[in-house]
Amino acid sequence: MCTGRIDPQFVLKAFEKGADGVLILGCHPGDCHYREGNYNALRRFHLLKKMLDQFGIEDGRFRLDWVSASEAEKFVGVINDMVKKVKALGPLKPAPPLPLSKKKGRGDIQAEAHG
Amino acid sequence: MAKPKVAFYWCASCGGCEESIIDLAENILKVIEAVEFVIFPVAMDFKMKDVEALHDREIAVSFINGGIRTEEQEHMAKLLRKKSGIVVAYGACAHLGGTPGLANFFNRDMIFDYVYRKAPSVENPHNITPKPRTAVKQGDLTLPKFYDTVFTLDQVIDVDYYLPGCAPPPDLIMKAIEAILSGNLPPKGSVLAPDKSLCHTCKRKPTKPEKAIIKEIRRVHEVLLDPDRCFLDQGIICMGPATRDGCGERCINANMPCRGCFGSTSRVEDQGAKFLSALASVIDANDENEIRKITASIVDPAGVFYFYSLPASMLRRRRNIANE
Ligand code: SF4
Ligand code: SF4
Ligand code: FES
Repeated sequence: MCTGRIDPQFVLKAFEKGADGVLILGCHPGDCHYREGNYNALRRFHLLKKMLDQFGIEDGRFRLDWVSASEAEKFVGVINDMVKKVKALGPLKPAPPLPLSKKKGRGDIQAEAHG
Repeated sequence: MAKPKVAFYWCASCGGCEESIIDLAENILKVIEAVEFVIFPVAMDFKMKDVEALHDREIAVSFINGGIRTEEQEHMAKLLRKKSGIVVAYGACAHLGGTPGLANFFNRDMIFDYVYRKAPSVENPHNITPKPRTAVKQGDLTLPKFYDTVFTLDQVIDVDYYLPGCAPPPDLIMKAIEAILSGNLPPKGSVLAPDKSLCHTCKRKPTKPEKAIIKEIRRVHEVLLDPDRCFLDQGIICMGPATRDGCGERCINANMPCRGCFGSTSRVEDQGAKFLSALASVIDANDENEIRKITASIVDPAGVFYFYSLPASMLRRRRNIANE
């Protein structure tokens, strides 16, 4: 999927579900199939990164990089580096359990109510 | 026939929600005529034991405002749930955590340390902070436990309806009360407000930017605000695109941007992330350094994007500090 399609909610969902790091890899600037998708991703990324820092989600846990289909070596390098950093940071502390365990989130209930 | 019993209760809130009932003006008389209050801390002298004495589900409806951040609030919420047929999360704090929910960027120790030690107006030579139990010679004194995390009401008890807003506006309150009294209720789980975004009905919408045009984010005290132009078009953060309609544009009409007190529509799970996305798409920069510069001009993104909804957000709280 194009990086421009990556809703910040996807990234938060991954952390919510217990991911210790999120890595987004996209086409190089100028090479996006949809032309501008990766520029939009870049704007969201910087904003989201600043916001995640306020949630105590450290620098090394969230990364955006450009890797084209022919750059196997870069791909391996970026992944290894990411894994190294996340391992050094250790597991992300979860939010405390909810007093009421619910089968559905608030969003799901509303979606149902409004069709 | 006996009048239906109604409870009004506050948890972690400012009291404004309870006031909003008084703000119904002459409509309050209609309400008083139709119902019997069993607890209503801001206006009437009932105690917890009065609620405990009721049968299960004897209260027709409980309107609970405020988030849950102490043991006592959790206890009262659970007690009211047991005694009520319907529970309405009343106002932004019960619905989403509200501004007291911003405490989720800290924990109990950090909050106590500031409030009881560091705040400039505090003098506390004996270093006294609230403790759940304190022994004195007459016996043990107790206080409810203060949690590290603020919860929304529906994270603690089952909630039937949500009345959004800080505080809910009189027309939506009356509509909700009438619907409940007449038994003409929407499906359980509904937010009792329109399910579209605030921009939809905002009179400034014609000037809302449709493409990337913002070069700089400014704060409300830094500019003379144009009373007619969309705030985003002026480089001012307005949560309208990620916020549910229904307040009557109270802030916009006072020439202040929306801070998001109605929460998001049903199609959005995380209000802050949704707004972040909307904002990123109107920032006019493709160059990484320029993007960094504009991002730096947003002083407190998490605090603004989750002004009212941090406990209801996907991440719920700051993660790299102790929390139980
Ligand atoms: S962003 Fe704010 S000012 Fe602009 S149209 Fe939406 S609600 Fe109105
Ligand atoms: S404009 Fe926004 S913050 Fe103000 S009352 Fe309406 S929904 Fe709440
Ligand atoms: S197609 Fe848009 S980033 Fe690859």
